[in-house]
Amino acid sequence: MKRIVGKENVQTSNAAKISYSFDATAGFQHSPDVIISPENAEQIQAIVKVCHENKIPIVPRGSGTNLAAGTTPNEGGVVLLFNHLDKILELDEENLTITVQPGVITQEVIEYVENKDLFYPPDPSSKKISTIGGNVNENSGGLRGLKYGVTKDYVLGVKAVLSNGEILHTGGKLAKDVAGYDLTNLLVGSEGTLAIITEITLKLLPKPTYKKTILTMFDSLELAGDAVSQIISKKIIPTTLEFMDQGTVRVVEEFNKIGLPTDCEAILLIEQDGSEETVREEMKAISNICSQVGATEIHEAEDEYQAEQLRTARRDALSALARLRPTTILEDATVPRSKIAEMVREINRISDKYDVMIQTFGHAGDGNLHPTCLTDLRNEKEMERVEHALDEIFQASIDLGGTITGEHGVGEMKAPYLEWKVGKTGIDLMKNIKQAIDPHNILNPGKIFAKSTKKRVVVNNG
Amino acid sequence: MADAALSVRIQQGFQEEVDETKLLDCMKCGFCLPACPTYVETKNEMHSPRGRISIMKAVREGDIPFDDSVEEALDLCLGCRACEPACPAGVEYGSLLESARNVISREKNPTIKERAVKHTAFEHLFKDQWKMNSLVGSIRVYQRSGMKSIVDKLQLTRVLPEILSELESVMPEIQKRQYTAQSQNSSKRNFKVAFLSGCLMNTVFSKTNDSTILLMERLGCEVVEPKGQACCGALHGHSGELESAKENAKRNIDLFLEEEVDFIVNNAGGCGAFLSEYDHLLKDDPNYKELAEEFSNKIIDISSLLSKLDLFNYTLKTKNQEQYVLTYQDSCHLRNVNRVFEEPRDILKSVHGAEYVEMKDADQCCGSAGVYNLVNDEMSMKILDRKMTHVEDTQAQIVITSNPGCLLQMKLGIKRAGLENEMKALHIVDFINDYLEIQI
Ligand SMILES: Cc1cc2nc3c(=O)[nH]c(=O)nc-3n(C[C@H](O)[C@H](O)[C@H](O)COP(=O)(O)OP(=O)(O)OC[C@H]3O[C@@H](n4cnc5c(N)ncnc54)[C@H](O)[C@@H]3O)c2cc1C
Ligand code: SF4
Ligand code: SF4
Repeated sequence: MKRIVGKENVQTSNAAKISYSFDATAGFQHSPDVIISPENAEQIQAIVKVCHENKIPIVPRGSGTNLAAGTTPNEGGVVLLFNHLDKILELDEENLTITVQPGVITQEVIEYVENKDLFYPPDPSSKKISTIGGNVNENSGGLRGLKYGVTKDYVLGVKAVLSNGEILHTGGKLAKDVAGYDLTNLLVGSEGTLAIITEITLKLLPKPTYKKTILTMFDSLELAGDAVSQIISKKIIPTTLEFMDQGTVRVVEEFNKIGLPTDCEAILLIEQDGSEETVREEMKAISNICSQVGATEIHEAEDEYQAEQLRTARRDALSALARLRPTTILEDATVPRSKIAEMVREINRISDKYDVMIQTFGHAGDGNLHPTCLTDLRNEKEMERVEHALDEIFQASIDLGGTITGEHGVGEMKAPYLEWKVGKTGIDLMKNIKQAIDPHNILNPGKIFAKSTKKRVVVNNG
Repeated sequence: MADAALSVRIQQGFQEEVDETKLLDCMKCGFCLPACPTYVETKNEMHSPRGRISIMKAVREGDIPFDDSVEEALDLCLGCRACEPACPAGVEYGSLLESARNVISREKNPTIKERAVKHTAFEHLFKDQWKMNSLVGSIRVYQRSGMKSIVDKLQLTRVLPEILSELESVMPEIQKRQYTAQSQNSSKRNFKVAFLSGCLMNTVFSKTNDSTILLMERLGCEVVEPKGQACCGALHGHSGELESAKENAKRNIDLFLEEEVDFIVNNAGGCGAFLSEYDHLLKDDPNYKELAEEFSNKIIDISSLLSKLDLFNYTLKTKNQEQYVLTYQDSCHLRNVNRVFEEPRDILKSVHGAEYVEMKDADQCCGSAGVYNLVNDEMSMKILDRKMTHVEDTQAQIVITSNPGCLLQMKLGIKRAGLENEMKALHIVDFINDYLEIQI
C-alpha cells in the first residue's frame, strides 16, 4: 500500500485506528487495520486490486457522520479516505451541472454554486462536515427535501471503481438517459457496498429569488402534526416543514440562546421560496392554516440572519439532545405525510410504555421523524427496554405504511430490520445484486445485510 | 516506544482522573471538526476533537496502550478550545484534555525538549513575578547581545527549535514597568478594580500594562495592583502541571480578595480564561472552593471593562486624522472560554478614521497556544502561515490582538510573510493609547 500511495498516506498507529473506528452512531465501534488516503482514482484502482486478490475488506469513508454504523470497519481491513479527493472539478453553467470529487464538503458545493446564482438543494443538517460522496451513498435528505427532493434527485452520473478494479462511468450531463438499467441510481444509496465512487456530476437549479421563514408554536404534538397534513392537503408544498418537540427545543435553546419558545409543546419551522408574490401568498395561507389548527403563536423571521439562526438551531437538534444523557440513539422512522400525527402519538405511547426518554424532531413535511432515545449504554436493564421500544417504533412505522429508515441508511445498525421492510424477496434480490457486483464481498462488508433478521415484535397496544 | 509499565500507570491515572461521563458526552457528530485548527490543517481524525476524545477513552478502557501515537495526538492539540463553542452537545473538552495531560506529565518523564522548555518557563520565568522581574533585568543585558545568549546561559541551544531565534527577532525591547497605579480618590470614580498584570505582560509587554492602567484611570477607575501576584498558572495547567497551577491560584485568591474591588482585570486572554476557571481548578478544595468562585466571578478582560465604562460613548478618533484599515485576531481563550468577541470588535468599529475589516476565520487559533509554538513548531508554523493568508486578504495595516502570545505570533507571522513594511501587530490597549484620541 505504501508503494501505491506513499508512506505519508498510510496510517497504522493505535491512535489513528481508534480515530477511524467509529462514526456518529452510538454503540458501534471496531478498529480497521490500516487507513489509506489515496490521491487519485488510479491509486484507488490499484488499492482495490490488491484487496480483491487478498480478500481484504475496504470501508470507504467520507466524514464519518452517518447515523447507521455505515463506516465502522466491523471486519477490520482498510478504511479508505477521500481527504485528498476534495476538489470541485467543473461548473458547467450551460448545462447547469457541477462535477466534483467525492471528498468535497457539501456546504462548499452549496456556497460555491450560490455565488453564481445557482442552487444545489440537498442540505443535510450535517452539511458543514458531510461529504458529497457520503451524501450520495446514503442518499441523504435535508431541510429542503419536501419541495426539492433528496440527493438522488440531483445525481446525474458517477465515475466509480468496481471491486475488481475496473472503472465504471454511469450517466452524464444529461437531462434524459434511458440507455439500459439505471446504474447511477443503483449506486446512489448503496452505502459503499457496491463501488467506490471517485467522481460525481450533480444537477443544479436556478437560485430562488425570494424566501420567507416562520416559526409556529403549538400546545400539542398532534396539533403540529395536523397542521403539516393540512398544509399539504391544501396543495401547498413549502421548501421546509420541520418539527421539534419541547424537549428538543429546550436543549437547542440552551446551546444557541436565540430566544426559542421553551414553554410550548411543539414548534414547526416553515419556509417557502420562489417568486416574491407567490411566496407571500402561500405563506399567508400557511399562517392561516396554522392559526385555524390552533397555533398559539406565529413568528416571522425579520431577515435572513434570523432565518439562518432558526435553521441552524434546527440543525443542531440531534447533537444538542446529547446533552441530556450519555448515549444518544436516533431513529429515522418515515411514514406517509398524512400519518405524521399518528406516528407522533405512537412514539409517545411507546416511550411511556417502556419508560424510556424519547425526544422527537425531524423533517415533518417528509413524514420523516427522528425519535431520539436518550439513554446510557452502561445501564443494561435500561438498554433492554430501549431495544424493545425501538423495535416497536420500527414496527409502528411499517404498520402505518412507512419504512425503517428515510434518509440515514441501513448500515450495520439497521441491517437486522431490513427484511421487515423489504421482505424476503426484496432481501434475496438485493443480495444477488451485491453478489454479482462484489463477489468476494470486500466492499463495506457486514453492512445492509445482517447475519440474521430480528424477530418481529408483536405490537400489543393494551 | 513508551514502556508497558508507564502505559499501565497512565491507564490507571485516566481511570481515576479523566471523567468517564464527560467522555461519553461526545456523541461523535463531528460538528466540531471545522472549528479545530489541527483537523483543518491535517484532515486527520486523530487530530480532531472527537478523535482525541475517543483516544482518551480507549486508553482509559485499556483498548489501546499509551504509546507514541497517543502522545502525538494529545500533544498536537493546541488547547485552543475552539471545539467547545462549536459543540452542541456541550462537551467539556478543555477539562478532559487538562486532566489527561496532568496524568501524562505526572507519570512520564517529559522529553528532553519539553523538559527544557518547561523548566525554563515554569521554574525560571513563571514561578513568580519577582523572579520574572529580576530575570528581566538580566534579559535586558542579554538582549543587547541577542536572545541566543540567554538560551546559551540556560543551556537550551541543543534542544530549542529554530523558531526561537525567529521569535527573538520580533520580540519587543524588554523594559521595566514605568508606571504604577495611582491611588486616587477621584469623585468620578466608576469602579474600583484590581489589575492582574500577568508575567509575560509585565515583562516582555510591560508598556502595554502601563497603558492599561493609564487607560482605566482615565476612564475613571480606581486601580490597585496587588504586590506579590503569582503567574495565573495557565501555562502550568495547560501543560499538565496542575499542582503548581493550584498553588499559584491560591496565592492570587488570597492577595486579590483582600482588596475590596468590583472587578479583577487582566489584559491577556489566556490568563483571563484560566483565572475565570479557578473555581473549576479548586472545586475539590474545601478551603478554597467558595473563595475561588468569588474570585472567578470578578474576573473581567480589558475590552469588556472598557465596554462597561462606555468607551463607545466617547468619541474615539485616530491621531492626526490618520486613516487605518484594522483587523482583529481573536484570542482563543478569550473567545472560546470567556465568550468575549464582540466587545473588542465593537471598540474597533467605533473608531473614526479607521475601517474595520473582519478576517476570514479570525476565530481560529494562530498556532501560538502557550508554549505550543516552541514544542510543536512545525504544526504551529503551518497554522500560522494559513492564518497569514487570511490576514493579508484584509489588507489591514494593523492587526489587533488581546493576548501576548497571539501578539508575538502575529508579529512572527508578519515577518514570515514579508509584510513588515505594510503591517504591524498591536495589543488593543496599545492601539487605543498610542493611535487614538479619546474625547472624554
Ligand atoms: C448531527 C447530524 C445531523 C445529520 N443530519 C442529516 C440530515 O438532515 N439528513 C440526512 O440525510 N442525514 C443526516 N445526517 C447523517 C449523515 O450526515 C449523512 O448520512 C451524510 O451523508 C454522511 O456523509 P459523510 O461524508 O459523513 O459520509 P460517511 O458517514 O463517511 O459515509 C456514509 C456512507 O457512504 C459511504 N461512502 C462515503 N464516501 C464514499 C465513496 N466515495 N464511495 C463509496 N462509498 C462512500 C460509506 O461507506 C458509508 O456507507 C446527520 C448526521 C449528523 C451527525
Ligand atoms: S461537536 Fe461535540 S459531540 Fe460532536 S463530535 Fe465534536 S465534541 Fe463530540
Ligand atoms: S482544543 Fe483546539 S486544537 Fe485541541 S481539539 Fe479543540 S479545537 Fe482542536
